[in-house]
Amino acid sequence: MSRITKRFAETRSKGRSALVPYVTAGDPSPDVTVPLMHDLVAARADLLELGVPFSDPMADGPVIQQACERALSHGTSLRDVMGMVRVFREHDQDTPVVLMGYLNPVERMGVEVFAEAAAAAGVDGVLMVDLPPEESGDWTGVLERVGIDPIFLIAPTTTDKRLRQVSAAARGFIYYVSLKGVTGSQTLDTAELGNRLESIRALTALPLGVGFGIRDANTAASVARVADAVVVGSAIVQLVTRFPQAPEQFRAAAADLVREMRAAMDKARVAEVPAPA
Amino acid sequence: MKQEIDWAAFPDARGHFGPYGGRFVAETLMGALDELQAVYEKYMKDPQFLAELDADLQHFVGRPSPLYHAERLSRELGGAQVYLKREDLNHTGAHKVNNTIGQALLAKRLGKTRIIAETGAGQHGVATATVAARLGLECVVYMGAEDIQRQSPNVYRMRLLGADVVAVKSGSRTLKDALNEAMRDWVTNVDDTFYIIGTVAGPHPYPAMVRDFQSVIGREARAQHLEMTGRLPDALVACVGGGSNAIGLFHPFLGDTSVAMIGVEAGGEGVATGRHSAPLCAGRPGVLHGNRTYLMEDDNGQIIETHSISAGLDYPGVGPEHAWLKDIGRATYVSVTDDESLRAFHRLTRTEGIIPALETSHAIAHVLALAPSMRADQSVIINLSGRGDKDLNTIARLEGIEL
Ligand SMILES: Cc1ncc(COP(=O)(O)O)c(C=O)c1O
Repeated sequence: MSRITKRFAETRSKGRSALVPYVTAGDPSPDVTVPLMHDLVAARADLLELGVPFSDPMADGPVIQQACERALSHGTSLRDVMGMVRVFREHDQDTPVVLMGYLNPVERMGVEVFAEAAAAAGVDGVLMVDLPPEESGDWTGVLERVGIDPIFLIAPTTTDKRLRQVSAAARGFIYYVSLKGVTGSQTLDTAELGNRLESIRALTALPLGVGFGIRDANTAASVARVADAVVVGSAIVQLVTRFPQAPEQFRAAAADLVREMRAAMDKARVAEVPAPA
Repeated sequence: MKQEIDWAAFPDARGHFGPYGGRFVAETLMGALDELQAVYEKYMKDPQFLAELDADLQHFVGRPSPLYHAERLSRELGGAQVYLKREDLNHTGAHKVNNTIGQALLAKRLGKTRIIAETGAGQHGVATATVAARLGLECVVYMGAEDIQRQSPNVYRMRLLGADVVAVKSGSRTLKDALNEAMRDWVTNVDDTFYIIGTVAGPHPYPAMVRDFQSVIGREARAQHLEMTGRLPDALVACVGGGSNAIGLFHPFLGDTSVAMIGVEAGGEGVATGRHSAPLCAGRPGVLHGNRTYLMEDDNGQIIETHSISAGLDYPGVGPEHAWLKDIGRATYVSVTDDESLRAFHRLTRTEGIIPALETSHAIAHVLALAPSMRADQSVIINLSGRGDKDLNTIARLEGIEL
């Protein structure tokens, strides 16, 4: 059983929704990332999502674009990101880590070389934003051979036919993009979200994480009522710019936000969700 | 070319040209691309749509554009006869409008009320703003902050036409970043918005669709050359940014195996300096902007900044069909430096009384070198993709003249 599957089994058995903070690796500088990951876990994050910086993050809004630019200004490479996971794993064997990024840096390294290195570093899942199942070829096979879960996105516009396709290729969990737009967009209709997730559950037994547009504890709490996981990215990443000269204060503020969201999510009544098949 | 290739079979149903092309986008765009592909496939077979497109190309764009025998230049070069396919004479001054007319008609069929576009040199932005004005559609054009500086006449034209020109300040602040930003707008406003991509790049169906709309260039040129000379040309030469004017000229000739095809990339300060925009000459395959193609990237797979004197060629990728034509050897790709293209700009202006765009000047520069090595009974067609009015500020500045 993968670390991700195990973690969702735990959170589901406790009847709670997992909290998944996203940070861009190397932002604002490479030395901040590993301590920040530990801080987020101490603030009761259940899984961590680590963004691999890319020069052309087409699906990201301004907050994560700028995070990529800051990380790249320090030369943070895919290899560096895996190095951070390796160092993180020296002190944390339990918290699943998912890499999220774009295909080109991975292809440049070579998909198989990447998969081996990521598995050796302790990466548990990989989400390539610009790699839909239609183009993924042997991607899922390569990851599965090294024990990494391929994570895929679905959207409000995804048809049932494609949803079945995604569900067949995905492992670990499925990431539901809760609104039209890029990361960091505003407004999320949580009532509509609940209905949509119900119909998705009819087609897949995988846990459903929800992300894009979750900015505060209240929204996190209402999403937690209907989703297996709440992914929070831009709201955390934008704290970097509040403390441009003080990365320790950024780490503290990020941990505070995660703690606040966790508390609000725990208070919210968690809906019954079917156990994994 | 020993093996017969069925050119009409490319791309395949999912947009692949051999290993290139495809649809590498976030899930949030898949629905919109499926919808676009469905209308594009439906209407490209619809006689009424095609008749409307033809009428617009004739009466609004001014097609067919002439194929002009540049006799004086040919004589001076002392080799092949040089013919110019005069896309600069189109309404708005470049080939770009062939595509925006077509896509705008599709937008109308889809009932979209808002048009967005990316632009580099501003020619595609002007061509988009023009069709949006004509159809009464809201128009937003994304343009790199650096390009806004060097192509200010086109920025003003777009604003006169009612477009909202948005300065893109992310990344390298040029065409590739404008494309990223337009994609982000599209994914956010997909219900009422149609994204008109200006070149044969992006996710499927854009490379195929833009090619089909631009192929009017090659269809006309082929018939015109046959009528004027009784034979096919020996070579076709076009500049390649994303590759739309080049593929528009090349595509109808692909089955004519005697016709050589040469795409000219921007060599900037010289390919050896690393400061250029020539992915086919000096890049390697990767994935950017929704398709697999040749790219300019560093060892870590990050896209690197490009350089060209011409904003319209300043792009780190290239249309996937060109990547494939290069690999199978059906077309060849060369590069020309900033300085060579400037010399060609002046040469054509002085010998033929035609002021070409700086993008186009790259194609001309290659022919200045190529034609003398050919016989006088041979011929070359240059795609004269655009006129140079938009570049006068750039050129004057280089010569120390204040306009
Ligand atoms: C006159 C002209 N020619 C060529 C280009 C390059 O584009 P493409 O390679 O798609 O033809 C541009 C782009 O702005 C242009 O304005």
